[in-house]
Amino acid sequence: MGNRSVVPFGPQHPVLPEPIHLDLVLEDEKVLAAVPSIGFIHRGLESLTDKKDFNEMVYVAERICGICSFQHGMAYCMALEEIMNVEVPRRADYLRTIWSEMSRLHSHLLWLGLLADGFGFESLFMHSWRLREKILDMFEISTGGRVIFSVNKIGGVLKDMPNDMLRDFVRQLNDMEKEIRDTTKIFLDDYTVKSRLVGVGILTGEDAIRRGAVGPMMRASGINVDMRKNGYCAYGDLDFDVITSNNCDSYARCEVRIGEIFQSIDIIRQCVEKIPDGEIDTKVVGMPNGEASIRVEQPRGEAYYHVRANGTKFLDRFRVRTPTFANVPALVQTLQGAQYGDVPLLVLTIDPCISCTER
Amino acid sequence: MEQIKDNMYQIDKAELLQVIMEKKNALWRLCQICCSFPKAEQHYEVTYSFSSGYDFVQYRLIAEKDEWVPSISRVYNSAVFYENEMHELWGLNVENIKVDLHDKLYRIDVETPFLPKEEN
Repeated sequence: MGNRSVVPFGPQHPVLPEPIHLDLVLEDEKVLAAVPSIGFIHRGLESLTDKKDFNEMVYVAERICGICSFQHGMAYCMALEEIMNVEVPRRADYLRTIWSEMSRLHSHLLWLGLLADGFGFESLFMHSWRLREKILDMFEISTGGRVIFSVNKIGGVLKDMPNDMLRDFVRQLNDMEKEIRDTTKIFLDDYTVKSRLVGVGILTGEDAIRRGAVGPMMRASGINVDMRKNGYCAYGDLDFDVITSNNCDSYARCEVRIGEIFQSIDIIRQCVEKIPDGEIDTKVVGMPNGEASIRVEQPRGEAYYHVRANGTKFLDRFRVRTPTFANVPALVQTLQGAQYGDVPLLVLTIDPCISCTER
Repeated sequence: MEQIKDNMYQIDKAELLQVIMEKKNALWRLCQICCSFPKAEQHYEVTYSFSSGYDFVQYRLIAEKDEWVPSISRVYNSAVFYENEMHELWGLNVENIKVDLHDKLYRIDVETPFLPKEEN
């Protein structure tokens, strides 16, 4: 038996944009067990229902995460719309789908950059983030904001995108697609990148289910589940396949996310072709009374929203289970048996968002 | 077990572990556990959500304020964080959690649990 030691990892670590702590039980360089702990940035957003009314909670939901801000606001609005029996205009559904897919694009490009940074490939990191910047520009042109752009409201959206603007976005995305293909080719084909990812951090399909993994983490283990297939917003009208991989390793997670980048571009194209003209919101009157559970597919995976209202303007319960919260147990599984040097990369492969996790 | 909504069933404490074992054996994924304390009812409602493919089902357990609820963390490891969170933020007594963090999941100075003010 080799030397055993416990090594703390995080909460401050070069590879971690946000704080999570792991106690790594090592035997020489091999990780025997990892004990995660969170709690450094809990903001108590769920308990703000005491102070903020159900309309103001849209803005609270959007601030859960900076990357998937739009989809948090959208999921919250969808829950309230179900409770209040509000039918959202189809144009608003399409606009929500377009902004959701743009969020997925920029999130996955951001993740690719962080991954490249994680294994020291700085130029690849810069290329990924340069591409991401163009998506943020599109957010700015269409909404005025680059990160949290607050266009959701209960009953629809606050801003429209003119059809000319949408067609221009598709032209830009067509141009970007080639650049993204060139950049992602390096992630998929480069020897040095593959040497860090292939066969590292195996998570079998059964383990992914037992550990409650979601999103690309689960799909890279061969599980064919994507909440968008439930057909919320405009997804029911669109033609797309769930992207999976059976390799179950870090490379497979990278492969799935890269596949989803091109899928998002295709979904946006389909939306722009099919988007109907018309209203972008429905007037909502009265107070919500009842409860609803909503699941949406965010870039990091399935997010669960539960809202319970009591007929007053203050909600009884606003519950959010974010994808990273669900993926931490799967991370612990992938760390067991890994080499110490692979730990930072394995943490990155779940695409951790700790602000989301702790809310 | 009584159906109270589409895909939602109310279960007793005595039924909980049996239901959870059935879900585990059928390879259902634990989506989440949610604890709430509605002001009007003045009791805890614990909702366990499971998913298999695109199927989705939720089980609701009602617990009084001082009642103990069995942990499911020995069946589903991923329940550890959910149960520690429920105890820390909502004050729900969960019995026999596999890794009990003793209200130290979140490193916050604010007094917990966050029950409605008149109940604190």
